[in-house]
Amino acid sequence: MTIDLSRRQRRFLAYSIPVLAVFAALLFGAIMLILLGADPIEGYSEMFLGAFGSGDALVATILKATPLLFVGIGIVIAFRANVINIGAEGQLVLGGLFATMAALYLPEMPPYVMIPLVLFAGLIGGAIWGWIPGVLKAYYSVNEILSTIMLNIVAVQLMAYLLRGPLIDPAEIERGTRIPQTARLAESADLPLLFGSDRFHIGPILAVLCAIGAYYLLWRTPMGFRLRAVGLSEHAARYAGIPVRRTITLALTMSGALAGLGGAVLVFGSESHRMVTDGSTLGFTGGAGFNGIVAALLGGLHPLWTIPASFLFGGLIVGGQALQRAVQVPSALIVALNGLVVIFVVAADRYRSKLLAEDGRDMVADADGEGGGEASAASSAGDVAPTGTDSFRPTGTYDTGDDR
Amino acid sequence: MSDIFTIAVLVAVVASAIRLAVPLLLAALGETFGQRSGVLNLGVDGMMLLGAFTGYYAVLKTGNVWVGLLAGSLIGLILGLASAVIAVTLKAEQGISGIGIYLFGLGMSDLLFQKLVGTPIPIDTFPQVDVPILSSIPYIGEMFFQHSMVIYLAFAAVPLAMFVINRTTFGMNIRAVGEYPEAADTLGVSVARVRYATQLIGGTLAGTAGAVLAISLGIFQGNLTNGAGFIAIALVYFGAWRPVGVMAGALLFGFINALVLELKTLEIIPRDLSNLAAMAPAIITILVLAFAAGRFKAPAALTKPFTRGK
Amino acid sequence: MAILFAVVALIAAACSSSDDSSSGDGDFKVAIVAPSASNDLAFTQSIVDAVNVLVDNGSISEVAITDSTGVPDDAAVAIRDYANEGYDLVIAHGSQYGGSLQEIAPDFPETSFAWGTSADTFGLDNVYSYEAASDEGGRVMGIMAAALSQSGTVGIVGPIEVGDAKLYVDGFKAGVLIQNPSANVPINYIDSFSDVALASEAANSLIGAGADVLSGTAQMVVGAVGVAKTDGVLWFGTQANQTSLAPEIVVASQVYHWEGILEEMVTNVKDGKLGGELYVINFANEGLVIEYNDGFDLPDDVRQLGDAAVEQFKSEG
Repeated sequence: MTIDLSRRQRRFLAYSIPVLAVFAALLFGAIMLILLGADPIEGYSEMFLGAFGSGDALVATILKATPLLFVGIGIVIAFRANVINIGAEGQLVLGGLFATMAALYLPEMPPYVMIPLVLFAGLIGGAIWGWIPGVLKAYYSVNEILSTIMLNIVAVQLMAYLLRGPLIDPAEIERGTRIPQTARLAESADLPLLFGSDRFHIGPILAVLCAIGAYYLLWRTPMGFRLRAVGLSEHAARYAGIPVRRTITLALTMSGALAGLGGAVLVFGSESHRMVTDGSTLGFTGGAGFNGIVAALLGGLHPLWTIPASFLFGGLIVGGQALQRAVQVPSALIVALNGLVVIFVVAADRYRSKLLAEDGRDMVADADGEGGGEASAASSAGDVAPTGTDSFRPTGTYDTGDDR
Repeated sequence: MSDIFTIAVLVAVVASAIRLAVPLLLAALGETFGQRSGVLNLGVDGMMLLGAFTGYYAVLKTGNVWVGLLAGSLIGLILGLASAVIAVTLKAEQGISGIGIYLFGLGMSDLLFQKLVGTPIPIDTFPQVDVPILSSIPYIGEMFFQHSMVIYLAFAAVPLAMFVINRTTFGMNIRAVGEYPEAADTLGVSVARVRYATQLIGGTLAGTAGAVLAISLGIFQGNLTNGAGFIAIALVYFGAWRPVGVMAGALLFGFINALVLELKTLEIIPRDLSNLAAMAPAIITILVLAFAAGRFKAPAALTKPFTRGK
Repeated sequence: MAILFAVVALIAAACSSSDDSSSGDGDFKVAIVAPSASNDLAFTQSIVDAVNVLVDNGSISEVAITDSTGVPDDAAVAIRDYANEGYDLVIAHGSQYGGSLQEIAPDFPETSFAWGTSADTFGLDNVYSYEAASDEGGRVMGIMAAALSQSGTVGIVGPIEVGDAKLYVDGFKAGVLIQNPSANVPINYIDSFSDVALASEAANSLIGAGADVLSGTAQMVVGAVGVAKTDGVLWFGTQANQTSLAPEIVVASQVYHWEGILEEMVTNVKDGKLGGELYVINFANEGLVIEYNDGFDLPDDVRQLGDAAVEQFKSEG
């Protein structure tokens, strides 16, 4: 199909494709709402308001987006080295646990010492949980999809063991209720609140800083270069003298570290300031370990674009929950709706890439890593189609017709 | 008070392991086909859940377990088609589209269950079918030959899958498309068609796996699979993309789970350490793979959409 | 793009209804936030059923439910939202919600909150807490189970050894041993609230250990009931009436009837007392009831054991 569009028209169409895809998904959702006896107009307007319609809503959306962003950045770093990290669920949990243990076992300290310490502890916890699959992949050829999925299972059990055992709130034992939660953690570890809000803490700012940091890491440092080189071609990287095994391990470790940091932020930015479990990872992370992958890929595996992607996805989740409350449909519908949106946006992406690819030549001239979306990120970095491995790749079109 | 770990107990554990392994096995076999042709489907769990609900509901309405099984398989087939369209024709990024399918399946199955059924109603399960003669063998008989028909069929699917992948033209095409789609394309093999086929197979098997689970348990519940679909995906890697390896992985995972359960019943595992013991299946699976030294490479074109070059 | 947003915003503005209505006379709005599905035939279902009883008898005029919300922070958003919308009583039906509720309740002094299962109101005057003395029913049914068991082995399937589940399991075991001090009571905590397949295999394992009577708690236990049905093993249920799951072998269920204390709470709130009390449902206040399966032929002497045990709790409570 050849329609003559100006460059600006093409770009506009390209960027509105995701929005149109969302609308298509919501249309399906509207049908389901009607079948359930709910009013879709009322529902969707509440959804929009619930996500973006007020200061409180925006705060909720941003806070929901924060773990998505932490995880997403980690995913980006890993993917750039051609490693898939499905273990963010477990890494979030380990980060939360380490941070919690730091708060429980460290002596009383002023906030400006305590907070960095607990956050650092969370980072370490997640890093360990990323390091393990990293070593397993690099040195034992254990595929990371397998090891990370397995480690998610281990993390759940570890959380249950600790929270109903050594870390349990003594008051729970006294009262005999034995709820698997910690005591209210040290106030000095509470994340500081901003702008006079009683909920908006520094977590989102941290996440954005990490995103910027990741961008610099990947495109402005030698380590980032090594990561990307290994991601593009292990063989070539090895020939160039890059320590491939160490780089792969590092990629997963950093990915885990970021998720771990996110987990720490979840605990210390939470309403309750304690860690509690219901026996599942989802009960702690809210699925951020998986949703973060979506956010990263929707952001074109570019750390900076993952920020708006996380924000929008966070809005979808928060808005969905508001929709549920407003029209009183089962929460299961919202989960299905989220899935539909993801499917539609992803499916429509082909058209977006195609439209952008026609711009590809213009965008190559842009500075490295800039420009929006997937195709430009790939093309501007001068990617070469990588050879056989079993993981995702920085997205771009694999159309062999787009060789640069 | 702990009883001696007797032969009788071991027999029961093996039988239990086989029952636990079957849904994993079926779903993983399906995913094996898909991955062998270069497509990664992360939505297996969602397909299993929809297959589980559909199978459950069909049995509820018709009273016939085989109708239920068929219904689950059909839903899987449809979902496989959807997955094929998304991953092959629309060339969507396979990781996310899979997660989207997972979320959709998770929510939809639960929603349909809440609205169409409400409070859980039990259904019939598969009748036990003793294999003549073999089931009378002491110990071995109870372990392997006193299961339901679906279990036998599931294990029969393993050599069938091996045959298809290794000895048929179709299987050769699958492998070619998974390793060198460009070359296969040059030779006249339709990459898209092969991948569509494997996605249909994968989806059907995932739906079947879910239906088997629900009907075997005789009930449905939201998130019935409890992440089994993801374990199945992991097992494809464990099995090095070979049906026998996948079967071994499913059995290993099921066995450790069954063993830990038994040790809890016998109170050999103290209750304080219960959670630590529950980690065993996951840890052992990793360790086995680590020390079995992976000599197998993944299909080269895994997760890469294919377009005929200019 | 801007036009798109403007259009949506216009629609939203036009359609959003006024949100700050507090209840008028005769209106009593209740919201429930719960971690599992409303039809789980277990924990969440019990509170939904109770609230519906009060709707039927007019004490409550409107109900809103947000189920399957396991993440405390998500639940917190829901609880806050309902409080903002003017709901009179917001029930936080999940032990994991406590920490969040502690922060939320002070922000809404006009709203009453109820937290279960728990025994802590944080010293706040607009928080009620409620729990179930599930060990009582556990003990009653444990006694009957031991009396019915011919093998002397009674098995229990549990989720994770925490909270209400642990209370019930401990009570059940105690009951079995009261009736038969030499009984074997293997307990299997499968370490998951949702793995139905594992629960069914746990039941198999217990039956293999000689159990001819089983019990268990939490929503995944439906798997165990299925196995009991297949093997002709007797079952005692808790949290909800589980007879429908296996009418041939379910002997009885300890059913949580929250409506009694709920009625009290609602009356209190209407009178202006918004919290500060710890509620427990037990046999004495008929919040716990053993509902027998009429289709099951329970020997009279066993029934009498059960009734006697219940009576004992009633007279002590």
